[in-house]
Amino acid sequence: MALLEVKGLTMEFGGLRAVDNVDFVVHEGEILSIIGPNGAGKTTVFNILTGIYHPTAGEVVFRGQRLNDLKPHQITALGIARTFQNIRLFREMTVWENVVVGAHTRLKSGFFSSIFKGPATRREERAARERAYRHLEFVGLKGLETVKARQLPYGAQRRLEIARALAAEPKLLLLDEPAAGMNAGETEELMNLIRKLKEQNITVLLIEHDMRMVMDISERIVVLDHGRKIAEGTPEEVRRHEAVIAAYLGASARAGG
Amino acid sequence: MLDWADGLLRSFINPYYYGVLVTIGINIILALSLNLVTGFTGQLHLGHAAFMAIGAYTAGLLATKAGTGFWAAVLAAGLMAAVAGVIVGLPTLRLRGDYLAIATLGFGEIVRITLLNLDITGGPFGLRGIPRQTNLPIVILAVIFTFLVLRSLVNSRMGRALIAIREDEVAAQTMGIDTTRLKVTSFTVAAFFAGIAGALFAYWFRYLNPSSFGFMVSIELLAMVVFGGLGNLLGSVVGASVMTYLPELLRTVAPAIAERRLVFYGALLVIIMILRPNGLLGTSSEQGWLEIWLARRRSRSPATTSAASGQVPPASTGGAGHGPA
Repeated sequence: MALLEVKGLTMEFGGLRAVDNVDFVVHEGEILSIIGPNGAGKTTVFNILTGIYHPTAGEVVFRGQRLNDLKPHQITALGIARTFQNIRLFREMTVWENVVVGAHTRLKSGFFSSIFKGPATRREERAARERAYRHLEFVGLKGLETVKARQLPYGAQRRLEIARALAAEPKLLLLDEPAAGMNAGETEELMNLIRKLKEQNITVLLIEHDMRMVMDISERIVVLDHGRKIAEGTPEEVRRHEAVIAAYLGASARAGG
Repeated sequence: MLDWADGLLRSFINPYYYGVLVTIGINIILALSLNLVTGFTGQLHLGHAAFMAIGAYTAGLLATKAGTGFWAAVLAAGLMAAVAGVIVGLPTLRLRGDYLAIATLGFGEIVRITLLNLDITGGPFGLRGIPRQTNLPIVILAVIFTFLVLRSLVNSRMGRALIAIREDEVAAQTMGIDTTRLKVTSFTVAAFFAGIAGALFAYWFRYLNPSSFGFMVSIELLAMVVFGGLGNLLGSVVGASVMTYLPELLRTVAPAIAERRLVFYGALLVIIMILRPNGLLGTSSEQGWLEIWLARRRSRSPATTSAASGQVPPASTGGAGHGPA
């Protein structure tokens, strides 16, 4: 079943067409990767899906609802969460607070209950903190809950971004180059983590440059180049696709295979 | 009760220090509320004195023209300033950084010049005849009330969202925070307390003049907040106290410096920025390293290494036993 449908998606910045008439579907429960050379429009697609940009043309439909004109916070409430390519944590907040901010849309306390904390608010706060600690344990950050986010080593910051996104209880999780800057061992752990997300019934849409990881973990792959979709299919199909080889290695590489 | 406490305080505080303490209290309320917007929400706001002015004139006019009672006028002053906060906040808080600073600066000047040119406010001659009904116990109560409300607010779902906006607005939006709405809320709450401070000011000095609420007042308030520590409520209390009392002290000890107090403020801020960039009570990174070292030691107990344990909501609550801070 289609969880997310992208139809004729186009994004223009002045004269530049960053995304050009792209269609794809994300099925419920799958791991779908978007790959492509630098500047292919991958992150722009993520920014449209999360409401940071509004598309020039085309349509994004998530669980039957059109997302085009919604604001980022509304889209999060519907069940899409993401991580960022260049880590964007709340650096001066503690690790657990970062995760609880991720759960913002799942908590209720409003303005007056924030000031005059009644028993219900206190209970909600305690439960939120406990859930945050569990998410941190899940991504392997147990014991670092009360440290400030900026003090974490790089790999841990990436995992904290995932924990923060999970706290939003998403149906669809967008990961933007989660393995960037990781060594082989860290990438391996990350892949295990993503597989566990799948077991939790979270659909994953992944942007990644690490081809070993992409080929290993994805069920389907969408390939973008210069804003256009040039291929789509299983890792095997994409690996052999002529246009993909040309985009990555240059047209002349085709002859050599 | 308040009168009795006032009599007690007056019996051992001489009138000069009594007045200084009232002024310190009013400035603490102003600095605390400005800290909510600038320190916690990260929005550079250069027109806080305007909210104080709106509160002061609301209370002053109600007292002199309508004969409203003290408490009702103070509350009305807060609400009036809050309404102004919403009206100004909605368009300006969509701006970022320098643009917001310029817009709030402009707002401050508009308010001052409006007060200068209205007939009902007495224009440049000022507003006279306000009864003196502010006293030290009332100011102390107002400071405690402001401090407790703001402390509760910043340690809540909403407060975390405000800090998240300061830290990274795009990420905050993506985490489901309605950033515009929360920025306006923060601005409105700050305006409310500034309005109350303005009312206390009116009922203390009994005379209002637009020049008491100029741009330099906003800058002095900002200096108090930065001096004490952005995002640190206790810091604002210390900052407002020190920067209100110091000129008074210097007036007797070194009048030459007191006359040039703005130069002195500037120098003080430069020194603070160099020695303690996060303000007098702000955290320093050394403390942070100690925290991470302790946390690592704690986590070195067996079976806590990595994600091996499983489900998103596993049965064990792990280290969650600390309870809310």
